[in-house]
Amino acid sequence: MWREAALVAGKDLRIEARSRVATNQVAPFAVLVLVLFGFALDPDRGVLTRASAGLFWVAVLFAGLLAVQRSFAVEAADGARDGLRLSGLDPAAVFLGKAAAVAIELLALQVLLAAGVAVLYNAPLDGPLLLVATSIATTVGVAAAGTAYGVLAAGLRVRETLLPLLLLPVLAPVLLGATKAWEAAMGIGIGDGRPWLQLLAVFAVVYTAFGVLAFGPLLEES
Amino acid sequence: MAPAIRLRSAVALLGRFPALAGVDLDVQRGEIVLVQGPNGAGKTSLLRACAGLLPVVAGEAEVLGHDLRRNRRAVRRRVGLLGHAGFLYDDLTVEDNVRFAVRAAAGDVARIEPTLARLGLTGRVRTTAVGRLSTGQRRRTALAAVVARDPQLWLLDEPHAGLDAAARDVLDGLVREAVGRGATVLLASHETERANALADRVAHVAGGELHAATTEPTTTDAKEPLHVA
Repeated sequence: MWREAALVAGKDLRIEARSRVATNQVAPFAVLVLVLFGFALDPDRGVLTRASAGLFWVAVLFAGLLAVQRSFAVEAADGARDGLRLSGLDPAAVFLGKAAAVAIELLALQVLLAAGVAVLYNAPLDGPLLLVATSIATTVGVAAAGTAYGVLAAGLRVRETLLPLLLLPVLAPVLLGATKAWEAAMGIGIGDGRPWLQLLAVFAVVYTAFGVLAFGPLLEES
Repeated sequence: MAPAIRLRSAVALLGRFPALAGVDLDVQRGEIVLVQGPNGAGKTSLLRACAGLLPVVAGEAEVLGHDLRRNRRAVRRRVGLLGHAGFLYDDLTVEDNVRFAVRAAAGDVARIEPTLARLGLTGRVRTTAVGRLSTGQRRRTALAAVVARDPQLWLLDEPHAGLDAAARDVLDGLVREAVGRGATVLLASHETERANALADRVAHVAGGELHAATTEPTTTDAKEPLHVA
């Protein structure tokens, strides 16, 4: 199964590398969101610095939505989704591969956005261990939930507008947990970040397990 | 050895509606069977059902000895479907697309090179993104992805469409070679003369939605149907 997952992830990442949609559209969109928040909020009163963790994760979630939509848009053209079903690949491996590709894109994006909040918002990126652990847990959760809901919406004509409606409410606890954990790591929040990290880890495990089990039937129905 | 395809009163759904409504069909291993019928008769549905893409909800359906209702994955890995869509990724090159198809089916990657050469997908074409290819080159790429997998059952839906004369000859040659290696072929085509020359038998489908498939030899005058739904 891992070989097949790596094959699917490699295919998706190769498509993104060739099409450059992630680098030329998704990443600039996420940076633009950060810049627009900078315009909307008052930088002189430290609002941006205090809100930097939340704004960072909002930008990541919006970009994550685009990445998930893109992941299934490439399967919609020329019957590729049928090709994926015909390939004989284990659906669980397809899920893990597609989620892994989205996760890798999001992790790369977070490096860019972290530099963005450090420069634009003067965010203190202290506590690197908690920051990185939170990023990894959140990314796995977003990619797993996004891929599970992405295949659910993939076969529908209104998939572009439906996916955010399905996914964003599900990701609300992730946004909350990731923001609180980062604020704790950055020293601008109240309390310990570890319980939030544990919540994020549980979410990631639950949605990864759900995706492994449900992706096959959802792919057949989509 | 079990027949390549064995359908008994098979009902397959396209969405909520029956695309196949009680079909009987036997195709023996090593046969080339041509499926003929008017537009909308159910030729494509028959091929897609045999590939495991349409759910068979009633009757019996075995492909390559595997029950289509219980083990579609085992069937899918052993069949190659050349459909109206090419199942290709526009942003991947010709070689990348074919390699992905072969590796996904746990096929022999050594078959990729000779297959691409046979279909004229060499030089710059080989490393060109499929989205930039002509219709004919896309069709050749889709065919290469099927051929390189070396499936036991070839399901060819209008395989000659979009191909030039030379490529059609290559396709026919590849089909005969595959059958020589023991593969079975079920094809639907409106290229009657060429397809009849290729086929051992003809299966007629009719009725808007497919209700019956009868088969008869293409090389004799016998018109007795071998199987009637």
